[in-house]
Amino acid sequence: MIISASTGVIAILVIPVAAAALFAALPGYRISSRLNVLASGLTFLASLSLFFGDHGGRGPYLFVDDLNIAFIVLNTFVGFTTSVFSASYIGHELETGRLTPVYLRFYHAMYQVMMAGMNLALTANNIGLMWVGIELATLTTVLMVGIYRTHEALEAAWKYFILGSVGIGLALFGTILVYVAALPVVGEGLSGMVWTVLVTKAAQFDPAVINLAFIFLLLGYGTKVGLAPLHAWLPDAHAEGPTPISAVLSGLLLNVALYAVLRFKILLAANPGAIAPGPLMVTLGLVSLLFAAFMLYRRRDIKRLFAYSSIEHMGIITFAFGMGGPVANFAGLLHMAMHSLTKSGIFFAVGHIAQIKGTQKIADIRGLTQTHPWLGWSLVVGVVAIAGLPPFGVFMSEFLVVSSTFAREPLLAIPLVLGILLALGALFQHLNGLAFGEPVGSIAPSDASYVPMFVHFGLVLIAGIYLPATLVAWFRNVAEILG
Amino acid sequence: MGLGLTFDVAHLLAGGLVLVSFLMITQHRLYALLNAFALQAVLLSLSVAWQAYVQHAPHLYVTAFIALVFKAIIVPVGLHRIIQRLGIHREIETVIGSGTTMLVGMGLVALSMTVMLKVTPGADPLAREDLAFALSVVLLGLLMMVSRRNAVSQVVGFMSLENGLVLAAAGARGMPLVVEISVAFSVLIAFFVIGVFLFRIRERFDTVDVQALDRFRGERR
Repeated sequence: MIISASTGVIAILVIPVAAAALFAALPGYRISSRLNVLASGLTFLASLSLFFGDHGGRGPYLFVDDLNIAFIVLNTFVGFTTSVFSASYIGHELETGRLTPVYLRFYHAMYQVMMAGMNLALTANNIGLMWVGIELATLTTVLMVGIYRTHEALEAAWKYFILGSVGIGLALFGTILVYVAALPVVGEGLSGMVWTVLVTKAAQFDPAVINLAFIFLLLGYGTKVGLAPLHAWLPDAHAEGPTPISAVLSGLLLNVALYAVLRFKILLAANPGAIAPGPLMVTLGLVSLLFAAFMLYRRRDIKRLFAYSSIEHMGIITFAFGMGGPVANFAGLLHMAMHSLTKSGIFFAVGHIAQIKGTQKIADIRGLTQTHPWLGWSLVVGVVAIAGLPPFGVFMSEFLVVSSTFAREPLLAIPLVLGILLALGALFQHLNGLAFGEPVGSIAPSDASYVPMFVHFGLVLIAGIYLPATLVAWFRNVAEILG
Repeated sequence: MGLGLTFDVAHLLAGGLVLVSFLMITQHRLYALLNAFALQAVLLSLSVAWQAYVQHAPHLYVTAFIALVFKAIIVPVGLHRIIQRLGIHREIETVIGSGTTMLVGMGLVALSMTVMLKVTPGADPLAREDLAFALSVVLLGLLMMVSRRNAVSQVVGFMSLENGLVLAAAGARGMPLVVEISVAFSVLIAFFVIGVFLFRIRERFDTVDVQALDRFRGERR
C-alpha cells in the first residue's frame, strides 16, 4: 500500500478537505460557520487519537512520531478554538458590511484548506510533500489576508505573496539540494525524499551540499517563521486580515514553518562533517528578538503591536532550539506551545475589541477595564502572560530558556534578557492606556463568545502552575529527538 | 551517444535560460518582457525534454509539456490580455538603472557558479552544472522581483524564478514526480492568485504600479 498510516492521520487530512469542498458548495453562512466548528472539532479529536495505539507505519509519504504529534495536537486544538471564535466574529463583520455572504463562503472553505495544508506539512514524511503543505497553507492565507479588499489589505496580501513566494522558492531549491546530496547514498527515486530514510543515511552525505541546502531551507522557511530581516510581510498580514486569521497565523503557521526548519536541523545534526546549525539559528533568533522588542514601542495599531510580539517570541523559540540540548529544546517546545495559546487568545480579545471600537488604533482604544470588564481584564491577563510574568506558562518557559543560556553561554544571555525586558516594558506601556486610561470610543456591549479566550488563558495559567508529569515526560522525549 | 554531446546540449539549453534571464532583467517594455518570458519557457521545456531523454525518465516529458503549454503560451497570452485590458503604460519603472542591474546580475551568476561548483565536486557533473545554471536563473528572477515596481513584471520575475526551480528539479536525477507536478501546480495557483489580485488592484487604483500601493504602507496615521 502506498499510504501506510493510521486512520487518525488520514482523518486529520481528509476531514478538512471534505469540509472545504462542502463549504464551497453551501450558500448559508450561519450553517457553514457552525459546520466549520464541527469539522475543526472532529479534526482535533482525530489528532488526539494519534496518542493511542501504534503510530501507524512509516510510509514514504506520511508518518507520525513523537515530535510531530505535539505539533499536530497543538495545531488542531488552536484551529478548533479559533473556529469557535471565528463563528462569533464573522457575524459582526457581516452586519457592518465588511464581508458579504459570498466572501464568507470562500472564507470558510479557505479556512479548512489552510488547516489541511498545515496538517499535511506536519504529517509529511516526504520533504517534497512537506513543502507542498506549507505552500498550500501560505497561498490560502494570502487570499484570506486580502479578503477585505481595502487598500491596506491588498497591499498586505501582495507583500505577503511576494515575500512568501521568494521564501517558498528558496525552500524548494534547498529541498532539491537535499535530494542531490542524498542521491549518491540513497539512490534514485522516492526514497531520496523520505525523511526517515534520509536521517538514517545523513552521516554519509556530502557535508558541503547539505550545508548549502540548509542555508536555503533556513532562509526559505525562516521567511515563513517571520525571522528578522525576513519578517516584513508579517505585521501587515496580521493587521489587515480578519482577526481569526491573525490568530492562526501567529499561533500556527509560524510554528509549522519552524517545524520544517527543525526537521532539517535534525538531518544536519546527523552528519558529522556539516556545519553546526545552532549558531545560525541563535543569531537569527536574537536579531529577531531585539529588533521586535525595539519595534514594539512605536506601534499605533493594536494588531500590529501583537504581530511584532509574535516576531519577538518566534525569535526566542528559534534561539532556544538553536542552543540545543535537552533543557533548551524542552524550553523551546514549551514556549512554542505557550506562545501559540496565549497569542491566539490575545487575538481573540483584540478581535472583539476592534469590532466594538470600530478601529485598531491604540490611541482610540482606552479604559477597557471600565467599559468592558470581561474583555479588558482578559486583555490584561493575556498581556501579562505574553510578557512572561508569573504565574503563567510563558514565564516558566522563558525562565528555562534564560537559565539554561546563563549556565552555558552567559554572554548570549545578556542580549536575550535585554530583549525580553525591553518587550515587557513596551507591552506594559501600551497596556496601561488600553486597559486603564480614560474610556474613549464606543461603549456598546459585546455579544462575543468569551469561551475560546478563557480556555486558552486558563490552559496557560494551569501550565504555569502545574505541568502534568506525562506532558513533561513527553516533551523531554521530544527534546531528546531534537538533539 | 557520446557523453560530450549530452553535456553540450544540456549546457546550451541551460545557459540559454540564463541568457534570457539577462534579457529580461534589462527589458523595459512589458510586451517585450512577456515575449522574453515565453522564450525562456520554451528553452526550459526543451531543456527538461532533453533531461527526460538523457535520463530515460519519461515522466519528465510531462513537465516539459506543461512548461511549453502553460508557461510559454497560456500565461504570456493571458498577461498580454490583462495588460491590454488595463491599458497600462508600456514603460517599466525600475528602482535601479539597467547598467547597475546588469552588473548585479553578473555578480549573482558568478556567485552561483562559484558556490555550486565548489560545494558539489562529488556530485554527478551533469546535475551539478545544471544546478549552477538553475541557481543563476533563480537569483536573477529574485533580482527582477526586487528591482521592479510594476506588479506585472514582479509576477514575471516570480515565474522566471519558478523556471529556475523546475530546471533544478529536472536536473536532479530520478527526482520523484510529485515535486514537478507540485511546481507546475503552484504556478497555476500563483497565476490564479495574481489574476485575482491584478483585477482587484486595478479596480481600486486604476494602475498596477506597486508604488501606488506604497502610499498606504505602514501604519495608518
